[in-house]
Amino acid sequence: MTTEILTSSPGSSSSTTRPGARITGMRCRNCGRAEAISLAYVCPACFGPLEVAYDYAVIGQTLTRAAISARAPGIWRYAELLPVETPPTRSLPVGSTPLLTADRLAPTLGIERLWIKDDTRNPSLSFKDRAVAVAAARAVEFGVTALACASTGNLAGATAAAAAAAGLPAYVFIPADLEPAKVDHALAYGATVVPIDGTYDDVNRLCLEVADETGWGFVNINLRPFYAEGSKTLAYEIAESLGWRSPDVVVAPVASGAMFTRVARGFEELAELGLIEARPIRFVGGQAAGCAPVATAFERGTDVIEPVREPDTIVRSLAIGNPADGRYAVELAVASGGSIEAIDDLVTAAAIRDVARLEGIYPETAGGVTLAAVAAARRRGTIRDGDEVVALLTGNGLKTPDARTLGHGDGIARPGEPGLAPVLRPNLSAFERWLGGDVA
Amino acid sequence: MSTVRIPPTLRTATGGAKQVEVPGGTVREVVRGLVAAYPALEAQLLAPDGDLNRFVNAFLNDTDVRHLQSLDTPVGEGDTLVLLPAMAGG
Repeated sequence: MTTEILTSSPGSSSSTTRPGARITGMRCRNCGRAEAISLAYVCPACFGPLEVAYDYAVIGQTLTRAAISARAPGIWRYAELLPVETPPTRSLPVGSTPLLTADRLAPTLGIERLWIKDDTRNPSLSFKDRAVAVAAARAVEFGVTALACASTGNLAGATAAAAAAAGLPAYVFIPADLEPAKVDHALAYGATVVPIDGTYDDVNRLCLEVADETGWGFVNINLRPFYAEGSKTLAYEIAESLGWRSPDVVVAPVASGAMFTRVARGFEELAELGLIEARPIRFVGGQAAGCAPVATAFERGTDVIEPVREPDTIVRSLAIGNPADGRYAVELAVASGGSIEAIDDLVTAAAIRDVARLEGIYPETAGGVTLAAVAAARRRGTIRDGDEVVALLTGNGLKTPDARTLGHGDGIARPGEPGLAPVLRPNLSAFERWLGGDVA
Repeated sequence: MSTVRIPPTLRTATGGAKQVEVPGGTVREVVRGLVAAYPALEAQLLAPDGDLNRFVNAFLNDTDVRHLQSLDTPVGEGDTLVLLPAMAGG
Protein backbone atom coordinates (compact mmCIF):
# COMPACT_ATOMS: atom_id res chain seq x y z
CA MET A 1 0.00 0.00 0.00
CA THR A 2 0.98 3.60 -0.33
CA THR A 3 0.63 5.04 3.13
CA GLU A 4 4.35 5.22 3.85
CA ILE A 5 5.31 7.45 1.00
CA LEU A 6 3.87 10.86 1.71
CA THR A 7 6.01 13.53 3.24
CA SER A 8 3.67 16.50 3.71
CA SER A 9 1.73 17.34 6.83
CA PRO A 10 -2.06 17.01 6.64
CA GLY A 11 -4.47 19.90 6.29
CA SER A 12 -4.44 22.92 4.06
CA SER A 13 -1.63 25.41 4.00
CA SER A 14 -1.99 28.84 5.50
CA SER A 15 1.09 30.18 3.71
CA THR A 16 1.42 30.70 -0.03
CA THR A 17 4.24 28.23 -0.61
CA ARG A 18 5.67 25.37 1.42
CA PRO A 19 9.41 24.89 0.87
CA GLY A 20 10.49 21.28 1.23
CA ALA A 21 6.99 19.92 0.77
CA ARG A 22 5.88 17.61 -2.03
CA ILE A 23 2.96 19.91 -2.83
CA THR A 24 4.29 23.45 -2.67
CA GLY A 25 1.02 25.30 -3.26
CA MET A 26 -0.92 26.56 -6.24
CA ARG A 27 0.22 28.62 -9.19
CA CYS A 28 -1.63 30.62 -11.83
CA ARG A 29 -1.16 29.04 -15.24
CA ASN A 30 -1.45 32.46 -16.85
CA CYS A 31 0.64 34.83 -14.73
CA GLY A 32 2.55 32.44 -12.46
CA ARG A 33 1.33 34.01 -9.21
CA ALA A 34 1.68 31.67 -6.21
CA GLU A 35 -1.32 30.95 -4.01
CA ALA A 36 -1.91 28.75 -0.99
CA ILE A 37 -3.78 25.46 -1.37
CA SER A 38 -7.49 26.15 -0.93
CA LEU A 39 -10.85 25.81 -2.68
CA ALA A 40 -9.91 28.85 -4.78
CA TYR A 41 -9.59 28.03 -8.45
CA VAL A 42 -9.14 31.46 -9.98
CA CYS A 43 -6.11 33.71 -9.77
CA PRO A 44 -7.06 36.83 -7.80
CA ALA A 45 -4.66 38.92 -9.88
CA CYS A 46 -5.56 38.00 -13.47
CA PHE A 47 -8.55 35.58 -13.28
CA GLY A 48 -6.41 32.82 -14.84
CA PRO A 49 -6.71 29.15 -13.81
CA LEU A 50 -4.91 27.98 -10.68
CA GLU A 51 -2.96 24.72 -10.81
CA VAL A 52 -1.23 22.61 -8.19
CA ALA A 53 2.53 23.07 -7.92
CA TYR A 54 4.90 20.28 -6.90
CA ASP A 55 8.55 19.96 -5.90
CA TYR A 56 9.79 17.15 -8.14
CA ALA A 57 13.05 16.87 -6.26
CA VAL A 58 11.07 15.91 -3.17
CA ILE A 59 8.88 13.54 -5.16
CA GLY A 60 11.88 11.86 -6.74
CA GLN A 61 13.19 10.86 -3.34
CA THR A 62 10.47 8.23 -2.98
CA LEU A 63 8.85 7.70 -6.37
CA THR A 64 10.88 5.08 -8.20
CA ARG A 65 9.92 2.30 -10.60
CA ALA A 66 10.62 -0.25 -7.89
CA ALA A 67 8.52 1.59 -5.32
CA ILE A 68 5.61 1.86 -7.72
CA SER A 69 5.75 -1.80 -8.74
CA ALA A 70 5.59 -2.84 -5.09
CA ARG A 71 2.35 -0.95 -4.49
CA ALA A 72 -1.26 -2.05 -4.88
CA PRO A 73 -3.05 -1.48 -8.21
CA GLY A 74 -4.92 1.78 -8.73
CA ILE A 75 -4.20 5.46 -9.11
CA TRP A 76 -2.78 5.86 -5.60
CA ARG A 77 0.30 3.86 -6.59
CA TYR A 78 1.44 7.22 -8.04
CA ALA A 79 0.33 9.14 -4.94
CA GLU A 80 3.33 11.49 -4.80
CA LEU A 81 2.20 12.99 -8.12
CA LEU A 82 -1.37 13.57 -6.97
CA PRO A 83 -2.52 16.67 -5.06
CA VAL A 84 -3.79 15.13 -1.84
CA GLU A 85 -1.96 14.96 1.45
CA THR A 86 -2.74 11.29 2.01
CA PRO A 87 -4.59 8.71 -0.08
CA PRO A 88 -8.19 8.39 1.12
CA THR A 89 -9.15 5.66 3.53
CA ARG A 90 -12.56 5.27 1.83
CA SER A 91 -12.59 5.33 -1.97
CA LEU A 92 -13.39 3.26 -5.03
CA PRO A 93 -10.79 1.03 -6.76
CA VAL A 94 -9.98 3.40 -9.63
CA GLY A 95 -7.36 2.94 -12.33
CA SER A 96 -4.84 0.25 -13.33
CA THR A 97 -7.04 -0.41 -16.34
CA PRO A 98 -5.52 -2.59 -19.07
CA LEU A 99 -3.56 -1.45 -22.09
CA LEU A 100 -4.67 -3.86 -24.80
CA THR A 101 -3.27 -4.63 -28.22
CA ALA A 102 -5.79 -4.00 -31.00
CA ASP A 103 -4.29 -5.93 -33.90
CA ARG A 104 -7.60 -6.61 -35.63
CA LEU A 105 -8.83 -3.02 -35.46
CA ALA A 106 -5.52 -1.34 -36.32
CA PRO A 107 -5.49 -2.12 -40.08
CA THR A 108 -9.07 -0.85 -40.46
CA LEU A 109 -7.80 2.50 -39.17
CA GLY A 110 -4.82 2.45 -41.53
CA ILE A 111 -2.16 1.90 -38.89
CA GLU A 112 0.14 -0.90 -37.85
CA ARG A 113 0.54 -0.70 -34.07
CA LEU A 114 -2.44 0.24 -31.92
CA TRP A 115 -2.94 -0.02 -28.18
CA ILE A 116 -6.25 0.66 -26.50
CA LYS A 117 -6.25 2.08 -22.98
CA ASP A 118 -9.49 0.50 -21.83
CA ASP A 119 -10.85 2.97 -19.30
CA THR A 120 -14.38 1.67 -19.80
CA ARG A 121 -13.61 -0.58 -16.83
CA ASN A 122 -13.39 1.95 -14.02
CA PRO A 123 -15.91 1.67 -11.14
CA SER A 124 -18.51 3.95 -12.73
CA LEU A 125 -17.44 2.90 -16.22
CA SER A 126 -15.50 5.98 -17.32
CA PHE A 127 -12.16 7.75 -16.87
CA LYS A 128 -13.92 10.41 -14.82
CA ASP A 129 -13.47 8.15 -11.80
CA ARG A 130 -9.77 9.11 -11.88
CA ALA A 131 -10.38 12.83 -11.67
CA VAL A 132 -13.22 12.52 -9.20
CA ALA A 133 -11.25 10.23 -6.89
CA VAL A 134 -8.64 12.95 -6.49
CA ALA A 135 -11.23 15.74 -6.15
CA ALA A 136 -13.23 13.74 -3.59
CA ALA A 137 -10.14 13.01 -1.52
CA ARG A 138 -9.32 16.71 -1.47
CA ALA A 139 -12.94 17.57 -0.70
CA VAL A 140 -12.77 15.38 2.40
CA GLU A 141 -9.50 17.06 3.43
CA PHE A 142 -11.18 20.47 2.99
CA GLY A 143 -14.20 19.31 4.98
CA VAL A 144 -16.84 20.24 2.40
CA THR A 145 -20.43 19.33 3.20
CA ALA A 146 -21.37 17.96 -0.22
CA LEU A 147 -19.82 16.81 -3.48
CA ALA A 148 -21.29 18.25 -6.68
CA CYS A 149 -20.65 18.61 -10.39
CA ALA A 150 -21.86 20.02 -13.67
CA SER A 151 -21.93 17.04 -15.98
CA THR A 152 -22.30 15.93 -19.56
CA GLY A 153 -23.02 12.48 -18.19
CA ASN A 154 -19.96 10.46 -17.30
CA LEU A 155 -19.05 12.83 -14.52
CA ALA A 156 -22.53 12.48 -13.04
CA GLY A 157 -22.04 8.79 -12.35
CA ALA A 158 -18.46 9.23 -11.22
CA THR A 159 -19.33 12.01 -8.76
CA ALA A 160 -22.34 10.17 -7.40
CA ALA A 161 -20.36 6.96 -6.91
CA ALA A 162 -17.39 8.70 -5.29
CA ALA A 163 -19.66 10.63 -2.96
CA ALA A 164 -21.34 7.40 -1.92
CA ALA A 165 -17.95 5.84 -1.18
CA ALA A 166 -16.79 8.89 0.77
CA GLY A 167 -20.05 9.23 2.70
CA LEU A 168 -20.95 12.65 1.28
CA PRO A 169 -24.22 13.81 -0.26
CA ALA A 170 -24.00 14.39 -4.01
CA TYR A 171 -25.65 17.08 -6.12
CA VAL A 172 -25.40 16.42 -9.84
CA PHE A 173 -26.42 19.12 -12.31
CA ILE A 174 -27.10 17.94 -15.87
CA PRO A 175 -28.69 19.15 -19.10
CA ALA A 176 -32.31 17.98 -18.87
CA ASP A 177 -32.08 16.05 -22.17
CA LEU A 178 -29.11 13.90 -21.16
CA GLU A 179 -29.11 10.20 -22.09
CA PRO A 180 -31.44 8.32 -19.68
CA ALA A 181 -28.83 5.64 -18.95
CA LYS A 182 -26.48 8.27 -17.52
CA VAL A 183 -29.21 9.87 -15.41
CA ASP A 184 -30.25 6.48 -14.01
CA HIS A 185 -26.65 5.68 -13.26
CA ALA A 186 -26.22 8.75 -11.06
CA LEU A 187 -29.58 8.19 -9.39
CA ALA A 188 -28.61 4.63 -8.55
CA TYR A 189 -25.79 5.88 -6.30
CA GLY A 190 -28.20 8.03 -4.32
CA ALA A 191 -27.32 11.39 -5.83
CA THR A 192 -29.70 14.33 -5.99
CA VAL A 193 -29.88 14.93 -9.74
CA VAL A 194 -30.84 18.45 -10.84
CA PRO A 195 -31.86 18.67 -14.53
CA ILE A 196 -31.42 22.10 -16.08
CA ASP A 197 -33.34 23.32 -19.11
CA GLY A 198 -30.31 24.23 -21.21
CA THR A 199 -27.03 23.10 -22.69
CA TYR A 200 -24.04 21.86 -20.73
CA ASP A 201 -22.60 25.35 -20.89
CA ASP A 202 -25.78 26.72 -19.29
CA VAL A 203 -25.45 24.12 -16.56
CA ASN A 204 -21.82 25.02 -16.05
CA ARG A 205 -22.54 28.75 -15.81
CA LEU A 206 -25.21 28.13 -13.22
CA CYS A 207 -22.94 25.86 -11.22
CA LEU A 208 -20.20 28.48 -11.12
CA GLU A 209 -22.59 30.68 -9.21
CA VAL A 210 -23.99 27.84 -7.10
CA ALA A 211 -20.47 26.82 -6.09
CA ASP A 212 -19.71 30.33 -4.95
CA GLU A 213 -22.88 30.64 -2.93
CA THR A 214 -23.12 27.18 -1.35
CA GLY A 215 -19.52 26.28 -0.68
CA TRP A 216 -20.20 22.76 -1.93
CA GLY A 217 -17.25 20.97 -3.46
CA PHE A 218 -17.93 21.06 -7.19
CA VAL A 219 -15.39 18.61 -8.57
CA ASN A 220 -15.00 20.44 -11.88
CA ILE A 221 -15.30 24.00 -10.55
CA ASN A 222 -13.82 24.89 -7.16
CA LEU A 223 -12.07 21.52 -6.92
CA ARG A 224 -10.96 21.66 -10.55
CA PRO A 225 -7.23 22.26 -9.85
CA PHE A 226 -7.19 18.92 -8.01
CA TYR A 227 -9.74 17.12 -10.20
CA ALA A 228 -7.81 17.80 -13.40
CA GLU A 229 -4.68 16.22 -11.91
CA GLY A 230 -6.38 12.82 -11.69
CA SER A 231 -6.25 12.40 -15.45
CA LYS A 232 -2.44 12.38 -15.33
CA THR A 233 -2.69 8.80 -14.05
CA LEU A 234 -3.66 7.70 -17.57
CA ALA A 235 -0.16 8.66 -18.69
CA TYR A 236 1.50 7.00 -15.72
CA GLU A 237 -0.34 3.74 -16.37
CA ILE A 238 0.34 3.77 -20.11
CA ALA A 239 4.05 4.30 -19.51
CA GLU A 240 4.19 1.59 -16.86
CA SER A 241 2.24 -0.86 -19.05
CA LEU A 242 4.65 -0.22 -21.93
CA GLY A 243 7.62 -1.06 -19.69
CA TRP A 244 8.35 2.53 -18.65
CA ARG A 245 8.41 4.25 -22.01
CA SER A 246 6.09 6.48 -24.02
CA PRO A 247 4.35 5.78 -27.36
CA ASP A 248 4.76 7.83 -30.53
CA VAL A 249 1.18 9.10 -30.59
CA VAL A 250 -1.57 9.45 -27.99
CA VAL A 251 -5.15 9.91 -29.24
CA ALA A 252 -7.81 11.12 -26.81
CA PRO A 253 -11.24 12.75 -26.86
CA VAL A 254 -11.44 16.48 -26.21
CA ALA A 255 -14.35 18.05 -24.35
CA SER A 256 -13.04 20.72 -21.97
CA GLY A 257 -9.48 19.75 -22.92
CA ALA A 258 -8.52 19.10 -19.28
CA MET A 259 -7.82 15.38 -19.68
CA PHE A 260 -6.03 15.82 -23.03
CA THR A 261 -3.59 18.36 -21.60
CA ARG A 262 -3.08 16.56 -18.29
CA VAL A 263 -2.15 13.30 -20.01
CA ALA A 264 0.64 15.23 -21.72
CA ARG A 265 1.64 16.71 -18.37
CA GLY A 266 1.77 13.21 -16.91
CA PHE A 267 4.30 12.03 -19.47
CA GLU A 268 6.35 15.20 -18.92
CA GLU A 269 6.44 14.56 -15.20
CA LEU A 270 7.63 10.98 -15.67
CA ALA A 271 10.43 12.23 -17.93
CA GLU A 272 11.38 14.92 -15.43
CA LEU A 273 11.61 12.28 -12.71
CA GLY A 274 13.71 10.01 -14.94
CA LEU A 275 11.08 7.27 -14.89
CA ILE A 276 10.86 7.32 -18.70
CA GLU A 277 13.16 8.60 -21.41
CA ALA A 278 12.15 12.07 -22.63
CA ARG A 279 11.07 11.71 -26.24
CA PRO A 280 8.50 13.48 -28.41
CA ILE A 281 4.88 12.36 -28.29
CA ARG A 282 2.32 13.66 -30.78
CA PHE A 283 -1.08 14.36 -29.21
CA VAL A 284 -4.19 13.92 -31.33
CA GLY A 285 -7.58 15.03 -30.05
CA GLY A 286 -11.02 14.03 -31.27
CA GLN A 287 -14.18 16.12 -31.16
CA ALA A 288 -17.68 15.60 -32.52
CA ALA A 289 -18.22 17.64 -35.67
CA GLY A 290 -21.47 18.92 -34.17
CA CYS A 291 -19.58 20.55 -31.30
CA ALA A 292 -15.98 21.11 -32.35
CA PRO A 293 -14.77 24.48 -31.07
CA VAL A 294 -11.25 23.16 -30.42
CA ALA A 295 -10.94 21.37 -33.77
CA THR A 296 -12.20 24.49 -35.52
CA ALA A 297 -9.60 26.67 -33.81
CA PHE A 298 -6.90 24.14 -34.74
CA GLU A 299 -7.94 24.20 -38.40
CA ARG A 300 -7.99 28.00 -38.40
CA GLY A 301 -4.52 28.17 -36.89
CA THR A 302 -5.60 30.11 -33.82
CA ASP A 303 -5.85 29.44 -30.11
CA VAL A 304 -8.89 31.68 -29.76
CA ILE A 305 -11.85 29.40 -29.12
CA GLU A 306 -15.16 30.47 -30.65
CA PRO A 307 -17.83 28.96 -28.39
CA VAL A 308 -20.53 26.74 -29.91
CA ARG A 309 -23.92 27.90 -28.70
CA GLU A 310 -26.03 24.87 -29.57
CA PRO A 311 -24.13 21.59 -29.86
CA ASP A 312 -25.72 19.17 -32.33
CA THR A 313 -24.28 15.69 -31.82
CA ILE A 314 -25.02 12.30 -30.31
CA VAL A 315 -21.68 12.58 -28.53
CA ARG A 316 -23.08 14.22 -25.43
CA SER A 317 -20.00 13.51 -23.33
CA LEU A 318 -17.99 15.86 -25.56
CA ALA A 319 -20.71 18.47 -26.08
CA ILE A 320 -19.02 21.37 -24.34
CA GLY A 321 -19.42 24.46 -26.47
CA ASN A 322 -17.18 26.66 -24.35
CA PRO A 323 -14.24 24.43 -23.36
CA ALA A 324 -12.21 25.71 -20.42
CA ASP A 325 -8.89 24.26 -21.58
CA GLY A 326 -9.59 24.55 -25.30
CA ARG A 327 -6.80 27.03 -25.85
CA TYR A 328 -4.30 24.78 -24.09
CA ALA A 329 -5.51 21.75 -26.08
CA VAL A 330 -4.84 23.57 -29.35
CA GLU A 331 -1.42 24.65 -28.12
CA LEU A 332 -0.57 21.06 -27.19
CA ALA A 333 -1.67 19.64 -30.53
CA VAL A 334 0.30 22.26 -32.45
CA ALA A 335 3.43 22.12 -30.31
CA SER A 336 3.59 18.32 -30.35
CA GLY A 337 2.99 17.92 -34.08
CA GLY A 338 -0.43 16.42 -33.44
CA SER A 339 -3.88 17.50 -34.56
CA ILE A 340 -7.48 17.94 -33.45
CA GLU A 341 -9.95 16.02 -35.60
CA ALA A 342 -13.70 16.66 -36.01
CA ILE A 343 -15.72 13.47 -36.51
CA ASP A 344 -19.24 13.11 -37.93
CA ASP A 345 -21.72 11.18 -35.79
CA LEU A 346 -22.26 8.44 -38.39
CA VAL A 347 -18.52 7.79 -38.45
CA THR A 348 -18.46 7.72 -34.66
CA ALA A 349 -21.26 5.14 -34.55
CA ALA A 350 -19.49 2.94 -37.10
CA ALA A 351 -16.25 3.15 -35.09
CA ILE A 352 -18.07 1.97 -31.96
CA ARG A 353 -19.41 -1.03 -33.85
CA ASP A 354 -16.00 -1.80 -35.32
CA VAL A 355 -14.04 -1.83 -32.06
CA ALA A 356 -16.74 -3.85 -30.32
CA ARG A 357 -16.90 -6.37 -33.19
CA LEU A 358 -13.16 -6.67 -33.75
CA GLU A 359 -11.69 -6.28 -30.26
CA GLY A 360 -14.47 -7.06 -27.79
CA ILE A 361 -14.39 -3.58 -26.27
CA TYR A 362 -17.59 -1.51 -26.18
CA PRO A 363 -16.96 2.23 -25.76
CA GLU A 364 -19.44 5.07 -25.46
CA THR A 365 -19.59 7.77 -28.09
CA ALA A 366 -16.38 9.55 -27.08
CA GLY A 367 -14.53 6.30 -27.73
CA GLY A 368 -15.98 6.16 -31.23
CA VAL A 369 -14.77 9.70 -31.80
CA THR A 370 -11.31 8.77 -30.57
CA LEU A 371 -10.93 5.78 -32.86
CA ALA A 372 -12.27 7.72 -35.82
CA ALA A 373 -9.74 10.43 -34.93
CA VAL A 374 -6.97 7.82 -35.24
CA ALA A 375 -8.02 7.15 -38.83
CA ALA A 376 -8.41 10.88 -39.56
CA ALA A 377 -4.99 11.69 -38.14
CA ARG A 378 -3.49 8.89 -40.22
CA ARG A 379 -5.06 10.34 -43.37
CA ARG A 380 -3.79 13.79 -42.40
CA GLY A 381 -0.27 12.44 -41.88
CA THR A 382 -0.09 13.21 -38.17
CA ILE A 383 0.26 9.45 -37.64
CA ARG A 384 3.08 8.04 -39.75
CA ASP A 385 4.24 4.64 -40.98
CA GLY A 386 5.18 2.36 -38.12
CA ASP A 387 4.01 4.66 -35.34
CA GLU A 388 3.01 3.12 -32.04
CA VAL A 389 -0.37 4.64 -31.20
CA VAL A 390 -2.29 4.59 -27.92
CA ALA A 391 -6.02 5.41 -28.10
CA LEU A 392 -7.88 6.27 -24.91
CA LEU A 393 -11.36 4.73 -24.70
CA THR A 394 -12.73 6.70 -21.81
CA GLY A 395 -16.28 5.47 -21.24
CA ASN A 396 -18.44 2.37 -21.53
CA GLY A 397 -20.93 1.86 -24.35
CA LEU A 398 -23.69 0.86 -21.96
CA LYS A 399 -24.01 4.57 -21.19
CA THR A 400 -24.97 5.46 -24.78
CA PRO A 401 -26.85 2.43 -26.14
CA ASP A 402 -28.64 4.29 -28.92
CA ALA A 403 -25.39 5.34 -30.58
CA ARG A 404 -24.46 1.82 -31.57
CA THR A 405 -27.30 1.47 -34.06
CA LEU A 406 -27.04 4.92 -35.69
CA GLY A 407 -26.84 4.47 -39.47
CA HIS A 408 -26.95 0.70 -39.19
CA GLY A 409 -29.69 -0.35 -41.61
CA ASP A 410 -32.89 -2.09 -40.50
CA GLY A 411 -31.23 -3.86 -37.57
CA ILE A 412 -32.65 -7.29 -38.60
CA ALA A 413 -29.79 -9.77 -38.64
CA ARG A 414 -29.40 -12.36 -41.36
CA PRO A 415 -27.34 -15.47 -40.61
CA GLY A 416 -23.69 -14.55 -40.28
CA GLU A 417 -24.44 -10.86 -39.82
CA PRO A 418 -23.99 -8.93 -36.61
CA GLY A 419 -27.31 -7.72 -35.24
CA LEU A 420 -30.56 -8.83 -33.71
CA ALA A 421 -32.27 -11.80 -35.31
CA PRO A 422 -36.09 -11.80 -35.51
CA VAL A 423 -37.99 -13.46 -32.67
CA LEU A 424 -38.25 -17.15 -33.53
CA ARG A 425 -40.68 -19.78 -32.33
CA PRO A 426 -38.99 -22.25 -29.98
CA ASN A 427 -38.50 -25.12 -32.41
CA LEU A 428 -35.68 -26.32 -34.59
CA SER A 429 -37.52 -25.96 -37.87
CA ALA A 430 -38.12 -22.25 -37.23
CA PHE A 431 -34.43 -21.82 -36.54
CA GLU A 432 -33.47 -23.75 -39.67
CA ARG A 433 -35.79 -21.62 -41.81
CA TRP A 434 -34.09 -18.49 -40.50
CA LEU A 435 -30.67 -20.07 -41.02
CA GLY A 436 -31.71 -20.83 -44.58
CA GLY A 437 -32.33 -17.16 -45.21
CA ASP A 438 -36.04 -16.82 -44.48
CA VAL A 439 -36.27 -13.69 -42.35
CA ALA A 440 -40.00 -13.08 -42.82
CA MET B 1 -29.24 51.07 -14.65
CA SER B 2 -28.34 47.40 -14.97
CA THR B 3 -27.30 44.99 -12.27
CA VAL B 4 -23.83 43.46 -12.34
CA ARG B 5 -23.29 40.34 -10.23
CA ILE B 6 -19.77 40.11 -8.81
CA PRO B 7 -18.05 36.72 -8.26
CA PRO B 8 -16.27 36.15 -4.93
CA THR B 9 -12.81 36.53 -6.50
CA LEU B 10 -13.65 40.14 -7.37
CA ARG B 11 -15.55 41.13 -4.24
CA THR B 12 -12.46 42.46 -2.46
CA ALA B 13 -12.38 45.17 -5.09
CA THR B 14 -16.06 46.00 -4.60
CA GLY B 15 -15.92 46.22 -0.82
CA GLY B 16 -17.62 42.85 -0.52
CA ALA B 17 -20.64 43.79 -2.65
CA LYS B 18 -22.22 40.79 -4.41
CA GLN B 19 -23.97 42.95 -6.96
CA VAL B 20 -23.86 46.59 -7.95
CA GLU B 21 -25.97 48.90 -10.09
CA VAL B 22 -24.08 50.32 -13.08
CA PRO B 23 -25.22 52.67 -15.86
CA GLY B 24 -24.43 52.01 -19.51
CA GLY B 25 -26.12 51.29 -22.84
CA THR B 26 -23.84 48.43 -23.93
CA VAL B 27 -21.87 45.68 -22.19
CA ARG B 28 -18.72 47.66 -22.92
CA GLU B 29 -20.12 50.76 -21.25
CA VAL B 30 -21.33 48.81 -18.24
CA VAL B 31 -17.94 47.12 -17.77
CA ARG B 32 -16.16 50.45 -18.11
CA GLY B 33 -18.61 52.00 -15.66
CA LEU B 34 -17.89 49.18 -13.23
CA VAL B 35 -14.15 49.70 -13.53
CA ALA B 36 -14.58 53.44 -13.11
CA ALA B 37 -16.47 52.86 -9.87
CA TYR B 38 -14.04 50.18 -8.64
CA PRO B 39 -10.62 50.84 -10.24
CA ALA B 40 -9.05 47.81 -8.58
CA LEU B 41 -11.09 45.64 -10.97
CA GLU B 42 -9.31 46.88 -14.07
CA ALA B 43 -6.35 44.51 -13.92
CA GLN B 44 -8.64 41.52 -13.44
CA LEU B 45 -11.33 42.38 -15.96
CA LEU B 46 -9.69 44.21 -18.83
CA ALA B 47 -7.02 43.25 -21.33
CA PRO B 48 -4.49 45.90 -22.43
CA ASP B 49 -6.61 46.60 -25.53
CA GLY B 50 -9.61 47.45 -23.36
CA ASP B 51 -11.53 44.30 -24.19
CA LEU B 52 -12.46 41.73 -21.57
CA ASN B 53 -9.59 39.65 -20.23
CA ARG B 54 -9.63 36.24 -21.99
CA PHE B 55 -10.31 34.50 -18.68
CA VAL B 56 -13.49 36.47 -18.04
CA ASN B 57 -16.83 35.43 -19.48
CA ALA B 58 -19.74 37.88 -19.45
CA PHE B 59 -23.37 36.74 -19.49
CA LEU B 60 -26.22 39.15 -20.16
CA ASN B 61 -29.47 37.77 -18.76
CA ASP B 62 -27.82 34.31 -18.72
CA THR B 63 -26.59 34.41 -22.34
CA ASP B 64 -22.87 34.50 -23.15
CA VAL B 65 -22.32 37.89 -24.78
CA ARG B 66 -20.14 36.19 -27.41
CA HIS B 67 -23.38 34.66 -28.70
CA LEU B 68 -24.86 38.17 -28.90
CA GLN B 69 -22.85 41.19 -30.03
CA SER B 70 -19.98 40.73 -27.57
CA LEU B 71 -19.06 44.00 -25.89
CA ASP B 72 -21.34 45.94 -28.23
CA THR B 73 -24.43 44.06 -27.00
CA PRO B 74 -27.11 46.57 -25.95
CA VAL B 75 -27.99 46.60 -22.26
CA GLY B 76 -31.45 47.66 -21.16
CA GLU B 77 -32.92 48.90 -17.92
CA GLY B 78 -33.16 46.05 -15.44
CA ASP B 79 -30.84 43.71 -17.33
CA THR B 80 -28.40 41.59 -15.35
CA LEU B 81 -24.75 41.15 -16.33
CA VAL B 82 -22.83 38.31 -14.69
CA LEU B 83 -19.04 38.13 -14.81
CA LEU B 84 -17.59 34.67 -14.29
CA PRO B 85 -14.21 32.98 -14.63
CA ALA B 86 -13.76 31.09 -17.90
CA MET B 87 -12.03 27.99 -16.57
CA ALA B 88 -14.58 25.62 -15.14
CA GLY B 89 -16.32 22.54 -16.41
CA GLY B 90 -15.35 19.41 -18.27
